[in-house]
Amino acid sequence: MRTEEVDVAVIGGGPSGLAAAVAARKAGAGRVVLIERGEQLGGILNQCIHDGFGTKNMGKALTGPEYAQIYIDQASEAGVSCYLNTMVLNLTPGRELTVCSKEGVRRIRAKSVVLCMGCRERTRGAIGIPGYRPAGVFTAGVVQYYMNMRNLAVGRKVVVLGSGDVGLIMARRLTLEGAQVPCVAEILPYPSGLMRNVVQCLEDYGIPLYLSTTAVEIHGRNRITGVTLAKIGPRGGIVPGSKRLVECDTLMLSVGLIAENELAKKAGVALSPITGGPVVDDRFQTSVPGIFSAGNALQVHDLVDYVSLEAEKAGQSAAMHAQIGKLPQASIRVKPGQGIRYVVPQYISGTEAVDFSMRVAAPDLDRYVVFRSGGQTVRKMKENVLAPSSMIRFRVRAERLQNIGSELTVELEA
Amino acid sequence: MKQEYDVAVVGGGVVGCAIARELSRYRLSVVLLEKESDVARGTSGKNSGVVHTGFNVPKGSLKARLNVLGASMFEDMCTTLNVPFKRVGKLVVALTSAEAPDLEKLKGLGDANGVPSLEIIDSKEIKRIEPNISGYAAMHAPSAAITCPFRFTIALAESAVANGTDILLEANVKGISGKLGEFRINTTRGTVRSKLVVNSAGLYADHVARLAGVRRYKIYPCRGEYVIIDKARSDLIQRMIYPVPPKGGSGLGVHLTPTIDGNILIGPSAAYVRSKTSDGTTGAMARQLLKEARELLPGLSPRDVITAYAGLRPKTVSSAVGGFNDFTIEEVPELPGMMHMVGIESPGLTAAPAIALDIAKWAGTYLPLRSNSEFQPQRKAAVPFNELLPEQQAELVDADPDYGQIVCRCESITRKEILEAIHNPLGAQTIGAIKYRSRATMGRCQGGFCGPNIEKILEEEMGVRPTEMSLKGDGSWLFTGSTKDLRN
Repeated sequence: MRTEEVDVAVIGGGPSGLAAAVAARKAGAGRVVLIERGEQLGGILNQCIHDGFGTKNMGKALTGPEYAQIYIDQASEAGVSCYLNTMVLNLTPGRELTVCSKEGVRRIRAKSVVLCMGCRERTRGAIGIPGYRPAGVFTAGVVQYYMNMRNLAVGRKVVVLGSGDVGLIMARRLTLEGAQVPCVAEILPYPSGLMRNVVQCLEDYGIPLYLSTTAVEIHGRNRITGVTLAKIGPRGGIVPGSKRLVECDTLMLSVGLIAENELAKKAGVALSPITGGPVVDDRFQTSVPGIFSAGNALQVHDLVDYVSLEAEKAGQSAAMHAQIGKLPQASIRVKPGQGIRYVVPQYISGTEAVDFSMRVAAPDLDRYVVFRSGGQTVRKMKENVLAPSSMIRFRVRAERLQNIGSELTVELEA
Repeated sequence: MKQEYDVAVVGGGVVGCAIARELSRYRLSVVLLEKESDVARGTSGKNSGVVHTGFNVPKGSLKARLNVLGASMFEDMCTTLNVPFKRVGKLVVALTSAEAPDLEKLKGLGDANGVPSLEIIDSKEIKRIEPNISGYAAMHAPSAAITCPFRFTIALAESAVANGTDILLEANVKGISGKLGEFRINTTRGTVRSKLVVNSAGLYADHVARLAGVRRYKIYPCRGEYVIIDKARSDLIQRMIYPVPPKGGSGLGVHLTPTIDGNILIGPSAAYVRSKTSDGTTGAMARQLLKEARELLPGLSPRDVITAYAGLRPKTVSSAVGGFNDFTIEEVPELPGMMHMVGIESPGLTAAPAIALDIAKWAGTYLPLRSNSEFQPQRKAAVPFNELLPEQQAELVDADPDYGQIVCRCESITRKEILEAIHNPLGAQTIGAIKYRSRATMGRCQGGFCGPNIEKILEEEMGVRPTEMSLKGDGSWLFTGSTKDLRN
């Protein structure tokens, strides 16, 4: 079988893969290959025709394709080799990839690998909505693909289950195109998507958002004819008398995103049970030396801007690993404390500045995010509005991390 | 398509398809009539996929004979028809010493039925062969096997078609008149004449018999729900894990079945329902199944669930009576020339090849059985790409680049396999037909990535317009039209 030797192999040609590959080349890596299973680069950005991308890292609001094109152009200028329609079938801990395309099945041996596979949508089956299995139950990303890429409408009366960002954006898009969106139902007592999307996509169009509400039955054997919604009480049970039938011809799900890590598992990379992505250090190196991870495969993001920034760092580290042959594994453990669901990276070296990203466990107001080590406060910042849907990012400078102990805790404080 | 046949088979489940395929060995003209958009849409597509050994069917019963005979034929048939088959074995686990005598009873029955190599093992041996399972004792049936029930049924149908059988899909039988030698069957796709009629209509066998004036049958649908576990957990069990059969129950008890594709099935439940279309799942039962499964396998988590489904058993005992009846396979005196198969619940899949032999013999009492010299037992099928070694995959792609394009990412199903599924001999062209033939969309993303690609290939290959596409025929449309049409 044909075998190719490369310095850095980046798996996934979406926003994280593009940024990682460009950064790796800019950091001096020789041969950088970007492997994409679809027919074009840019990943999910290609179907995100709404704007709002780039406000944090480019100072302007771009559409998804515009944002992607910037990086596609950079990849081409930087001399990244792109393999399209190419699927990675296997990845070993020794960084040997088996890839498959119409041209054949071949091996790629890489000095460094960056995992940028993105995420997939949680499905009806995974959340277990009972009832029949008719046509007309779609995830929001699939509806978005059909509508924006294929000019196909999946239905005229669309109930949205879940208030994730893609669902909110599609509720607006469907309404603009003339479909009826009777409501959005969210099982949690607060929205799962960004507040700006709740306002701009639902409130501006008069679409009601029912919180603490979920679908308890799907009706219709052939095509969906309706869905029974019910209020969910504080202990997770159905509130008696709250069931009601909403007629529809489509149920669109926006009930969560799951990091795609089948390849990470094959390579023996340790995964976090909370993020679903690899456990990484401040260079985005996973538990397997020379394998790095960034973007939604590492942790599901709400803004692509931070995906790009994170992936650049991962790409630079991958280039460094390819050049030196070894990067020390960081040993200071970062632990989520009171009120914090997770923090990435999970390990830091203490020798350089770290951009921490984290999510809170529940909505809150006016809290301090406190970094502590061995009883000492390392850094403390105030956040006015905290929501699980909004990733919090903080930079902690190197000098503050230099003399800390073996553990760093991040928690919320009044 | 002709209008006059020797034999008309009503119902494209595993029994009907096995019969059609068996009859195609002879110089007979046969038509199979199926009301749905594909075969295996009913009970045959929604069960555990187990090839039973026959240790829990009453001695001397029709079930016992057909089960044991069917089981002995199954592996060869799967090889010939290119359908996966694995002899994984089965453990019936007694959780307490109180249940242990039931194991001895089962073993006694199995031995009497001629089931090979049954043995009782203790808790230590259970732990040794199934480290994640705990029990007081178990009966080990090493010859128990699994297959894919819908692919087996589809393969039988395709083999029948390749050997000259006509299969009419979406042909719902509305009336049966005439008599031996001159039956007339009215369907939603026209009228068919035949000398003999085989009623293998599964859940609707009572209804089809009644259409012909035979009013003696009553089928009680009994729902079985399943939960499907992600392949990532496939290492939890190697064998089928069954509880001791519940006393007076309507099913075999909630069990864990490794599927041929590496998932684990939990189920089925057993609940009588009023309607033969009540095959939806319920939230309460999914939770109950997971709870019961966790008693056997504490390592399972709700996060491991990919999806749930339900099927209906065609029972001939009512809920008030409970338990099991024997299969009814008979020609009734008031209507010679029509054979009825009623109440073919478990182990119907295993018994199907043996039932088909009986039906061919019966047909031979009316019609000459001259062998069809052109009969081709083998069925070709696309090589399952994801089961090959990289070197073999490389060879395949070099020979045919369509193997190099992975369409369904979760299951690694290639464009080649999708194309084969689309160009199936039955002409079934729904998204469901492609799914059940290729396994595409059955993985953890449930078609999120590949659904749109399959839709595109179907449009390009067969010229099916998006508005004509359906999930499973009959009103299960997928698109209203172009986005701009929403304004109209």
